[in-house]
Amino acid sequence: MKTGLAHQHLLGIRGLSAKEITHILDTAESFREISEREIKKVPALRGRTIINLFFEPSTRTRTSFEIAGKRLSADVINVSSSSSSVSKGETLLDTARNLEAMAPDLIVIRHPSAGTPHQLARICRASIVNAGDGAHEHPTQALLDALTIRQHKSRIEGLRVAILGDILHSRVARSNAHLLTTLGANVAVAGPGTLAPPEFAALVQRGGGELRVEQRIEDALTGADVVMVLRIQRERQDAAFFPSLREYAVHYGLNLKRLSLAAPDAIVMHPGPMNRGIEIASDVADGARSLILDQVSNGIAVRMAVLYLLAGGTGTAATPPSSSSTAQSVPEDDTLKNARGYERVHGS
Amino acid sequence: MRLLIVNGYVVDPTQGINGGRDVLIEDGSVASLLARGEARPEGAEVFDATGLVVAPGFIDLHVHLREPGQEYKETIASGAAAAVAGGWTSVCAMPNTDPVNDNPAVTSFIIEQSQAVGLANVFPVGAITKGSKGTELAEMGEMKRAGIVAVTDDGRPVPSPGMMRRALEYARGFDLTVMDHCEDKSLASGGVMHEGEWSLRLGLRGVPALAEESDAMRDCALAELTGARLHLAHVSTRGAIDAVRRAKERGLEITCEVAPHHFTLTDEAVEGFDTNFKMNPPLRSPEHLEAILEALRDGTIDAIATDHAPHHADEKALEFDHAPSGITGLETAVGLALDRLVHQGVIGLERLVELCSVNPARIFRLAERGTLRAGAHGDVTILDPNLQWTFDAAHSKSKSRNTPFDNWTMRGAAVATIVAGRVVFRREKKETAGENLTTA
Repeated sequence: MKTGLAHQHLLGIRGLSAKEITHILDTAESFREISEREIKKVPALRGRTIINLFFEPSTRTRTSFEIAGKRLSADVINVSSSSSSVSKGETLLDTARNLEAMAPDLIVIRHPSAGTPHQLARICRASIVNAGDGAHEHPTQALLDALTIRQHKSRIEGLRVAILGDILHSRVARSNAHLLTTLGANVAVAGPGTLAPPEFAALVQRGGGELRVEQRIEDALTGADVVMVLRIQRERQDAAFFPSLREYAVHYGLNLKRLSLAAPDAIVMHPGPMNRGIEIASDVADGARSLILDQVSNGIAVRMAVLYLLAGGTGTAATPPSSSSTAQSVPEDDTLKNARGYERVHGS
Repeated sequence: MRLLIVNGYVVDPTQGINGGRDVLIEDGSVASLLARGEARPEGAEVFDATGLVVAPGFIDLHVHLREPGQEYKETIASGAAAAVAGGWTSVCAMPNTDPVNDNPAVTSFIIEQSQAVGLANVFPVGAITKGSKGTELAEMGEMKRAGIVAVTDDGRPVPSPGMMRRALEYARGFDLTVMDHCEDKSLASGGVMHEGEWSLRLGLRGVPALAEESDAMRDCALAELTGARLHLAHVSTRGAIDAVRRAKERGLEITCEVAPHHFTLTDEAVEGFDTNFKMNPPLRSPEHLEAILEALRDGTIDAIATDHAPHHADEKALEFDHAPSGITGLETAVGLALDRLVHQGVIGLERLVELCSVNPARIFRLAERGTLRAGAHGDVTILDPNLQWTFDAAHSKSKSRNTPFDNWTMRGAAVATIVAGRVVFRREKKETAGENLTTA
């Protein structure tokens, strides 16, 4: 029998083993079929409550989490910063405590400051899912990217992946760097010198695939099997990270000519939303190698898998968990500890 | 009034004393040191210091007492209580209160409040510029007359080299040490932790070491140009330390201090996003900590100062980006110094006393302090270098609890604090339920 994750929360990819990542991806694989049914709903999380707590504008990620929860029959509530008490001066932790008092099973949080999911995890009983925290991590994005790569390349190990753009401020780049190298891919990142610090190469643990920082995006692209393009934030221009969007498009944008440096069967990905004509040319974004819409579809399957596993899912994906399986969300070692404690008390 | 500290082991580098002496304090001043076997005067209150180290009173060059203006974080009374509980007989209060200590009225207020409290000596440090805004000089002469011992715009470093030059020249005329918090704000660029591997990994904006180093180099050059006395607050980087070392080699009167958290912790501690690991300057990477230990050993660092910076729990409960910088430190500094420096063999007891007492007195020109010579103020710090104890923040004397050292076990502590011949703090065995007080 498959078990849930040996973690109560999903705060980041860093710290997950290759086995755990693969388990989430395999589970997502089995969930994908549900979205192709006429009746796109299974009762796996019936009676569970999920709060989507979004402190940053997001259409795609929030909608994706909402649909994922609903297709598993959970009750999903969306709270965004403009409609919560945060704008009235309540602190994040007070907001979290109040939501916690309503006994949700899962809280999905998106926040502009790094580390907020970790702070929440320290005070909440609910499982916390990081849906993007500042420039830190965006684990479900990396998981859906990996699922998409696996579908088209049938493996991740040994692949050459180029990640292009604003590496410094990108949680997507960080989560992907951890995930892809953990699964044995070789990752090259590149962008303007102000946005692609050489020290980024030290980000990941040794032992997996290689992570390197290239000064020219052409060097990262050459021979790549997978090309990921990151969104460029217009406010970075005001903060003097680059002189103009025009110059960025000319020197760092992915166009067909640059893409020809990659492997002939290279695939192109973008986490969205895209700035067409800036970081990615429309003929690339809409071209045959682009998997941008597959990423969106896979996002739902991956988030279903994450919600399901954290809420204590067992058995096959389509089978609702039995009531006895709720303790599965407790980390394995704690379960063992409790079991030993039980023996000590009752065995003497 | 006479106090006789008997059977202790006196460490006083100013007299080259390292051995068994009794210390007699009369009417608030040191009267004499008696060798073993010398006749003890009668009628004095006796403090038995058997097995303990007796040192000239420890002086903390860098504390934030928050009064006036932010009494919900700390008051002069609570800060002074925390000081003596940590072994500090004197503390130097930074001027970033509300209002800023940039005029003699605020200076006098701080002195009067601290005298009413009657625990630690509180020496106010005045602002360099009005409101610490970096544009107009504050009234250093008037503040000196009211009792300041140095000037600084701590926390808001003087941004322009031209202004800093004027400040150094002007302070020189009043024989005031200028203390600077070195941070080039443009290089720091809003960072919230040390820039390096960990800031990249955690996605937090980094402050490069160079933000401190370039300002330290600037200050050293300006001190050379003006001939003024310069003290660099809480140095945390190899480059700043190197700048001080070079300046000293050229014979300049430049000194620096280090905070205990910078010789104890590294930036990796930020991993859990606990805001009690957020301070300015930030926790640095291991190569900087190595440079600090080297400089403590070779004498480049002159003083250990806490940068005690109390903040309310509600403020520290914010996102890491938004929480204020700073941690409390008065009650943990001596324990950390004994545990991490003396017991690890980085420095000896004599050097510890120089760092915490002799040199601080010299840096701010505090007359008749930092020594147990006859005639000096009767300020004494008594240490048990081997006491194994656990810091329990819930029992802190400070009003705030923002410390990364809660529940830390240390070997070595200040066990009594004597100010002007009066025992103002004495550690009771089992003084708190949570503490494990055993002499190893």
